[in-house]
Amino acid sequence: MRTVKQLLRNPLSLTGLLLLIFFIAVAIAAPWLAPPERPREPYRIVQHGYSPTPAPPGVDNPFEGIWRVITGQAKLSQVKPFGTTEGQYDVYYGVVWGTRTAFKVGLYITGATLVIGVLIGSIAAYFGRLVDEVIMRLTDIFFAFPFLVAAMTMAAVLQPRLGRGLTTAMIALIIFGWMGYARLIRGDILSVKERDYVAAARAAGAGHLRIIFRHILPNAIYPTLVVASMDIGSYVISFSALSFLGLGAEVGYADWGQMLSFARAWIPRLHQFWWIVLYPSLAILLFTLGWNLVGDALRDILDPRLRGRTTV
Amino acid sequence: MLAYIVRRLMVLPVILLGVTVFIFGIFSFLDPKMRAGLYVKDIPKSPDALQRIIAKYGLDDPIHVQYWRWLNQIVRGNFGWSKTAQRPVLQALGHYFPATAELALWAAIPVLVVGVWLGILSALHHNRPLDHTTRVFALVGWSFPSFVYGLLMLMVFYAMLKWFPPGRISDWVTREVIGGTFKQYSGMYTLDALLNGRLDVFADALRHLIMPVLTLSYIQWALLLRVTRSSMLETLRQEYVMTARSKGLKERIVVYKHAARNAMIPVATMGGLLLVGLLNGVVLTETVFNYPGLGRWAATAATQLDILTVLGFTLFNAVLLVAGNLIVDILYAVIDPRIRLE
Repeated sequence: MRTVKQLLRNPLSLTGLLLLIFFIAVAIAAPWLAPPERPREPYRIVQHGYSPTPAPPGVDNPFEGIWRVITGQAKLSQVKPFGTTEGQYDVYYGVVWGTRTAFKVGLYITGATLVIGVLIGSIAAYFGRLVDEVIMRLTDIFFAFPFLVAAMTMAAVLQPRLGRGLTTAMIALIIFGWMGYARLIRGDILSVKERDYVAAARAAGAGHLRIIFRHILPNAIYPTLVVASMDIGSYVISFSALSFLGLGAEVGYADWGQMLSFARAWIPRLHQFWWIVLYPSLAILLFTLGWNLVGDALRDILDPRLRGRTTV
Repeated sequence: MLAYIVRRLMVLPVILLGVTVFIFGIFSFLDPKMRAGLYVKDIPKSPDALQRIIAKYGLDDPIHVQYWRWLNQIVRGNFGWSKTAQRPVLQALGHYFPATAELALWAAIPVLVVGVWLGILSALHHNRPLDHTTRVFALVGWSFPSFVYGLLMLMVFYAMLKWFPPGRISDWVTREVIGGTFKQYSGMYTLDALLNGRLDVFADALRHLIMPVLTLSYIQWALLLRVTRSSMLETLRQEYVMTARSKGLKERIVVYKHAARNAMIPVATMGGLLLVGLLNGVVLTETVFNYPGLGRWAATAATQLDILTVLGFTLFNAVLLVAGNLIVDILYAVIDPRIRLE
């Protein structure tokens, strides 16, 4: 509770929280903000024709255009509040539904890496000795690869088997994302596992699994959870980077990185077609800024070395 | 000290062996037919031909036999043929390396100087407006995916204002470099231009470097600023700093001679992380700015399923990172005697 209060008092983290709340609202309200033409495939960006040249917004004031779409006064194809990309994909539609993609990608990747990291880290710390040594050297090997480069390689190799899409890129990112959590939880478990109540549980005849899940993890997992929750933003960045390179979401999928990859073909004329860069960029920037503002403040609040010393 | 270095060096082969096993693991994830396709230029017409290739290269052999055969090739420097670069992978690595090295070296200057300077400034003005401003500036940079930042810069400074073009050098320089009397010593155009005494070439190369260098630096500043700031805050609270102040030393001397030097120790450990950021950043930055270096080459290869190139590039990156981390750790022990005792 104290943490929440401190977050609300700091203007930076308050801005971050408001940004996140805004994006959550957009994600929830997506079907209403940008009604899909094919309700079965809402993530396919609505296309207004097939012309290769991006078309400008149909209204001068984007907010007015959005209002007319929401209230049903006009169709998306008439208004085009944020214009269209090449292939006439509607930028506004993509940005709105891309919010859902961002949350989905961020939560899935964080969830999966967290589970894998916690499992591997706990096994290493609990069993110790040889198991610990082997697992930690294995983590070192995974750490020997720069994250994005490794994920790019993995996605490239997975593509022929799984096809281009969300799943492929997410698997690639998950494979190289778990090590930090494994190290973190290992350290915390090492300090918890020598406590008296663990020894008591062992003396009472509890099995390995019961000791790990009932007695050790609940007392050691909190710092890892905080760190992981703050990584959601950076996973969204990494995913959008893969999409931008052409290794993530397929063409026409409502994903910010994928929408920006359209801009690569128009670089000498970007000042003419500013809307294909500006809106998706703004979405990514504000989304990750929201997470980072909250994360930065949380780190200051929870970092024990700085706690209570902020008045220097 | 020596014992520490030896201990660190002993782990090195284990990690490198693990890295090769891992790369080969990724490689063998493809089925034999896909891998057969990597060995030949044209796709064989009959299924028989494909089987013959698989048999010839032993792609159906037990996995450890294949790994051993592959490792033997790698050790001899045979990484295979890069379809994207139209030359052997190892040769292509050498061909693209100077461009990336030039970019990375130029980026290192603003990253270190500005990052550390902002961190110290932020700590000195702790919780005052300047502190908040620099932190927001850095956080915004941290939130910018490099390709977004790059696209926005291209939009303003290239498409609109025509100040800084993408690519590496202008056409007239290319003609000069290939056909003229321009001697290539290092493959880094800014350095070579100075050695040749050609300031016009130097200016042109620099003009192309400015945007990618700014992109690479901006995303790194947040990291460096955060560590410098908290380390500096910690150091300023130490008693010896108070002693220095009470001796009546000038504030400038207290800050830069007494506090900052010790505050730099944790910053030195950031070297590894900065290298990771650089290696990751180079892929995206070079792709956005169409800068013909290692990163763009690898990114193109990845989308065109040129697996041998991608694996070679990843192996190169891993070796670079392992070596870089080793150097950082040793340097750390050299700077801070307390580490060796642990």
